[in-house]
Amino acid sequence: MSEIRALIVDDSSVMRKIVERSLRQAGLDLLVVHEAGSGTEGLELLRAKQVDLILSDINMPSMDGLEFLRQIRAQNLAPGVPVVMITTESSEEHVKQAILSGAQGYIRKPFTAEQVKERVLPLIHAA
Amino acid sequence: MLLNGVRAAALVRARGVGKNEMEHTMAVSLRESLQLVSDPRNLDASVEEVFQLMLGVNCHRDPGPVVPEPESVTAVVGFGGLLSGACVFSSGSIAAMKIAAHMTGMEFSEVDDTVKDGIGEICNMLAGSWKGRVPDLAANCGLSVPAVITGRDYKLHVQAPEFQLNHTYQFEDCQFAVTIVCDGIQ
Repeated sequence: MSEIRALIVDDSSVMRKIVERSLRQAGLDLLVVHEAGSGTEGLELLRAKQVDLILSDINMPSMDGLEFLRQIRAQNLAPGVPVVMITTESSEEHVKQAILSGAQGYIRKPFTAEQVKERVLPLIHAA
Repeated sequence: MLLNGVRAAALVRARGVGKNEMEHTMAVSLRESLQLVSDPRNLDASVEEVFQLMLGVNCHRDPGPVVPEPESVTAVVGFGGLLSGACVFSSGSIAAMKIAAHMTGMEFSEVDDTVKDGIGEICNMLAGSWKGRVPDLAANCGLSVPAVITGRDYKLHVQAPEFQLNHTYQFEDCQFAVTIVCDGIQ
């Protein structure tokens, strides 16, 4: 798939830039990157914009990434769009929670562009 | 500087984890693995990993203490759950700006919001990487969102911790310190 429209949700603007850079290094042709600083902001963006890929942090104030993910599914926003969680939490239980909440992928911080490529590209190709 | 706020936030997050995990928590005690949890090599490995992967720089332990600078930047991420305490990153303003520059590809002349944001994220990743090295800790300990403090002439005080790791590191020509404070373990 060419010209990806991505949504990156993270309360850290620095991490949003790093994730965007990693996506580009992974070879994704990004048409547009929408940024949200919280789950709430992310939901608002999804109501207004169409995207092909969502990457979200988990540990965020107000609405965390797992609740954001549940709301996406509950409100049927972005149906069929792959969601990848990017987080410092690395236990099996956290991964299981993310998958049960509707995530297709999981990347642990700190990460390399190569890891982003391995986790994200297959989802893009499958979508 | 009080750690109660960040610890409380981390505890709330730890409680937010699923039912199965909480059931597991009831049967797990970190006391039995205190030696592993407090192993100083875990902290060194976490610092090296985070700096290598996110900044692309090598850093190593510095045997000396941090040389005080007039202005410093401190980030705190609280631990809550089976272990309570905090991960504290501390550096002078020049080191903080250099770290943020490596993360973003930008140049900084002052400790602005982007620098603070970057240092908070570094502390967040250090805390996550450190706890991730002990499986029972990874599964049963939550992290707070980072709090960042800047200023002059302040010190961190913790009363009678269970254990404390306080390491100084060097990258390029800059120093920083990372402290793991554990004031409660179950």
